Amino acid sequence: MTTTTPSDRARGQAGNNPTERAGSRESAPPDAPRGEDPETVLTVEGLDVGAGTTQLLHDVTFSIQRGERVGLIGESGSGKSLTALAVMGLLTEGLAAHGEVRLAGRDASLLGASESRMSRIRGRDMAMIFQEPMTALNPTMKVGRQVAEVMTQHSQADRRSAQRKAVQLLDRVGLPDPAAVARSYPHQLSGGQRQRVVAAIALANDPLLLVCDEPTTALDVTVQALVLDLIVSGVQERDAAMLFITHDLAVVATVCERVLVMYGGRIVEAGPVADVLGNPQHRYTQGLVAASDLERSRTDPGRSPLDTIPGNVPPAGKFPDGCVFRNRCAFATKACEQLPPWTPRGEHPAGEHASGYACFHPVGSDRDE
Amino acid sequence: MLLRLAQRFLVLLASLLAASALVFAFMQVLPGDPARVALGMNSSEESVDQLREQFGLDRSLIVQYADWLRGMVTLDLGVEWVSKAEIAPQLIDRLAVTGWLVITAMALALVVAVPVGTWMAVRHRHLDGVVLSAISQIGVAVPAFLAGIILITYFAKRWQWFPSGGWVPPAEDPLGFLSRLALPAVALALVQASILARYVRSAVLEVLREDYLRTARAKGLRPMQALTRHGLRNAAIPIVTVLGLQLATLLIGAVVVERVFVIPGLGSFLLDSVASRELITVQTIVMVLVAAVLIINFLVDALYLAIDPRLRTGGR
Ligand SMILES: Nc1ncnc2c1ncn2[C@@H]1O[C@H](COP(=O)(O)OP(=O)(O)OP(=O)(O)O)[C@@H](O)[C@H]1O
Ligand code: SF4
Ligand SMILES: [Mg+2]
Repeated sequence: MTTTTPSDRARGQAGNNPTERAGSRESAPPDAPRGEDPETVLTVEGLDVGAGTTQLLHDVTFSIQRGERVGLIGESGSGKSLTALAVMGLLTEGLAAHGEVRLAGRDASLLGASESRMSRIRGRDMAMIFQEPMTALNPTMKVGRQVAEVMTQHSQADRRSAQRKAVQLLDRVGLPDPAAVARSYPHQLSGGQRQRVVAAIALANDPLLLVCDEPTTALDVTVQALVLDLIVSGVQERDAAMLFITHDLAVVATVCERVLVMYGGRIVEAGPVADVLGNPQHRYTQGLVAASDLERSRTDPGRSPLDTIPGNVPPAGKFPDGCVFRNRCAFATKACEQLPPWTPRGEHPAGEHASGYACFHPVGSDRDE
Repeated sequence: MLLRLAQRFLVLLASLLAASALVFAFMQVLPGDPARVALGMNSSEESVDQLREQFGLDRSLIVQYADWLRGMVTLDLGVEWVSKAEIAPQLIDRLAVTGWLVITAMALALVVAVPVGTWMAVRHRHLDGVVLSAISQIGVAVPAFLAGIILITYFAKRWQWFPSGGWVPPAEDPLGFLSRLALPAVALALVQASILARYVRSAVLEVLREDYLRTARAKGLRPMQALTRHGLRNAAIPIVTVLGLQLATLLIGAVVVERVFVIPGLGSFLLDSVASRELITVQTIVMVLVAAVLIINFLVDALYLAIDPRLRTGGR
């Protein structure tokens, strides 16, 4: 390597072998860009997404450090997938994003970046695993080629060695007889196997950031844990950052260090998993936790104030102004007609948005009980 | 895969046989005595008897059918009843002419429709996509014979760039062949290209919504790369069906266009034979047309197998 791009530096010494690279990260060369500071891989600032005049995401702000796994939870229709797609620059035509999305080592925002620049970043510096493994792969192309393509596309390997590496990758995501899998078509594999293939594609170029949108929701319960495991260990091996969308709070508790709670296209609460799930502040989070099995198994069921959150998630654009949750919130007052400000909670090294909530009457305040 | 193909082939043979029986039976139930019909109502008893005997029309139907079948398989079709011209060489020549016409038209239609249809899909929210779409809608409505007449009026009569009709075999005069092929092929292709482009458009629109296209984008493929590498082959699956139907339509359309351009193809052979009441020739031409459609269907099936691995049997 004679030339070093910022992203190469951010990724440690260039090289495709993850173990090799992970090694070089530990013994950081003397000219490494940062000292002890945990390195921020993804920064999202003031992200707005709209469809025509309907605003779908409002002022979404968060960041993820290298090696950090951040969960994104919230009911259906809260805007989780939109957030993920906006980060990847894969919003469908007709949706417009404003704000900033920055990836480590790149100063300019990815929003509004040219398609050719984005396509060099996607699949290489950031990758995504989608919810539906049955439709995520091209039915008319052999699996091995689909894995190899992500490497040849980014000139990480020539055709032949990419094919060989594809088989190794399939092996590493726990597929038995990977050479045979490489030669088969997606329809010859089960859902769990296909999601492993998708994971192999996502991890092939050792991305800095892996975005997972409910990667196991569509799978058999029996294989969910297995697939989750291999994704998480793949992320850990590469010391990558992860944004993990799920409905399952128990999974967040095991997989993630930090969690973002989203509702009505806004992040209403954020913080370390133990804080947010164990001692939620925002009334929406409180309801979410109470409605989950996690809470029920911890406290005795009679005591939880809400079994499920009353009412339904309004359709996009029909959320109330002020606090988006106020039409469903048992604690709402006149004050809640204003937009609740962000209240930082404790001191988090990654900044005030890493931990806090936006609620006028948080759990434990005067209005409780 | 090969097993599937062999299965389809057997089906093809069976349907060819069934079709031949149907065509034969249909000709038998036509009113009137074929020998008398061929010779005309005023012909003498003896000449009719003579014809019957000469061509074995007095034999049992089964024997006649078997004889006809064998003739088609061995390409020994005998001579026409009245003109006494050999049928097989004429049929082959005419088939070649129609083949050139139909295949050229289909190729033209494909070459135009696939890129244009794809463009219409990709740009469906933009003005150019909408305008193209509207043009193709108009193209669908123009019948081939009208397109032929318009083409002759301008390109043959007014500007005299092309001959207005006729035919030369390619081996005899390649340039003359091409110049005579051009207008009728374009006349046939115009409608088919418009229809095909619309199918390509909707197939590509469908594919653009597919998850695997998003996966391809997430891998770092640019939108057009994703579409060409992952989309088009999948879009081809519904399009192949349309192609098969279109080839069959083109065969029929050729009958008309051959008239307009005075081309000695299968269509004009059929019309001439009907006019001169050569029933055995009519029967054979109809069978050839039916066989062509069946064979096209078989090829479409084979193409499906080649395109879509999900249709193939067997494990890895
Ligand atoms: N292209 C679009 N145009 C208009 N509205 C959209 C579009 N895509 C999504 N939405 C709306 O934005 C809101 C958030 O959608 P999103 O897919 O992000 O929800 P989600 O949190 O991922 O939900 P789920 O858990 O069901 O996946 C929904 O109300 C959805 O209807
Ligand atoms: S701000 Fe008001 S309405 Fe919103 S969650 Fe808090 S108490 Fe409920
Ligand atoms: Mg979603």
